[in-house]
Amino acid sequence: MAQRASAAVLAVCVTVHLFTIVYAVRGGLSAQEILERTRGSVAWFAFYSLFVLAVTVHVPIGLRSVCTEWLRWRGRSRDFALLLFAALLAWAGMRAVVGVFA
Amino acid sequence: MKVLVKRTAGYQEFEVPREPSQTVLDVVTYIQRKLDPTLAYRFACRVGMCGSCAMTVNGVPRWTCRTHVDRVLEKETITVAPLRNLPVIRDLVVDMGEFFDKWARAKGQFRGEQTRRDDFAKVSPSSGNRRQADAGIECIGCAVCYSACDVVKWNPDYLGPAALNRAWTLINDVRETRNLERLRAVAGDAGCHACHTHVSCTERCPKGLSPTASIAGLKRAVAKALVKGEL
Amino acid sequence: MKQHSSYWAFMVHRVSGIALAAFLPLHFWTLASALQHSLAWTEQPLVKLGEWLVVVALAAHLGGGLRVLALEFLPWRDWQKSLAAAAAALAVGVGLGGARRQ
Repeated sequence: MAQRASAAVLAVCVTVHLFTIVYAVRGGLSAQEILERTRGSVAWFAFYSLFVLAVTVHVPIGLRSVCTEWLRWRGRSRDFALLLFAALLAWAGMRAVVGVFA
Repeated sequence: MKVLVKRTAGYQEFEVPREPSQTVLDVVTYIQRKLDPTLAYRFACRVGMCGSCAMTVNGVPRWTCRTHVDRVLEKETITVAPLRNLPVIRDLVVDMGEFFDKWARAKGQFRGEQTRRDDFAKVSPSSGNRRQADAGIECIGCAVCYSACDVVKWNPDYLGPAALNRAWTLINDVRETRNLERLRAVAGDAGCHACHTHVSCTERCPKGLSPTASIAGLKRAVAKALVKGEL
Repeated sequence: MKQHSSYWAFMVHRVSGIALAAFLPLHFWTLASALQHSLAWTEQPLVKLGEWLVVVALAAHLGGGLRVLALEFLPWRDWQKSLAAAAAALAVGVGLGGARRQ
């Protein structure tokens, strides 16, 4: 269920993200210009934080199926490894978000 | 034509004459009666009603009595093997025990509360629930869908399309008394959520049923129950 | 073995998911580093290729995900299969188109 819910959230986030990135890149914005627009923006910070949260939920649940079905990996070691991966995603994701929007 | 049969020991090749309107069941029967009496296989009605003759033909699970040789012949060769995803007893015969165990685990048995002293339950055939149930009740438990399913292959615990389809027909049965228990049975890791919508079951079902639709229904029912706090 | 369309839809969805799970940590890290220092090193062809692959994988995974959500939550009709497949294809098309501009 969390997978479906996070998927729905991500569907929106990803669409917004893709359009935003295409807009930024087509406009030929440089790193400076992008950062000028993003730094200090509470709205964008919130949006991308939600994005990272949804990703942190969605990716490990998806990988769980892959582990069960294609790697024959079950049980607590699998779940623990996925939890670690979720933590990695959360850390790396928020680091990027803070770097760009704080 | 050349017929490759997967037996317990391995593939064995037979040369079988072509006949008009010949089915794969005819072919297997010819082999057992005329060429090698030790070949083990199952069949019963041979007219497409019982599902006993289900085998893998050229990699695809089918009812052999309903599979015309003309339709499946590839370069004058047919390959016949036992149904996938089930333990082989001997040659083309598989052990259906696990298939029916999962049926039971998904709470495939109807349990009502009316007795012969009560009046008939009045269920309108055009009601939403009944239509959903009717779409799936023709299942005869032949295990073709179970054999076609990749998730069954990848996850030995997965209840499978037939069991889940059956559960869905009972979820929609307004006379049923154990539906909460049933939802719990199908909501776990090995239940409806393991279905990845390959739709192989629906593709292969000889009765034209759609376990994919039933399983989607179960997913919705589980989601609703979760939101309502019933699960 | 020749398979029906839904099987391939699932395969694309799963493979793109695995690719994303593998690339996402790298993507986060690259983003944080690049925007903090400069975008110059991101002009390297290997990085551009990597990012392009992420976009394509994202579009493909989004398409597959929308298909799954449609098949599971909307009332079941046969023609929806075709519609869902078309939606997936469109998503991938947008992804490829948008990515090429990069």
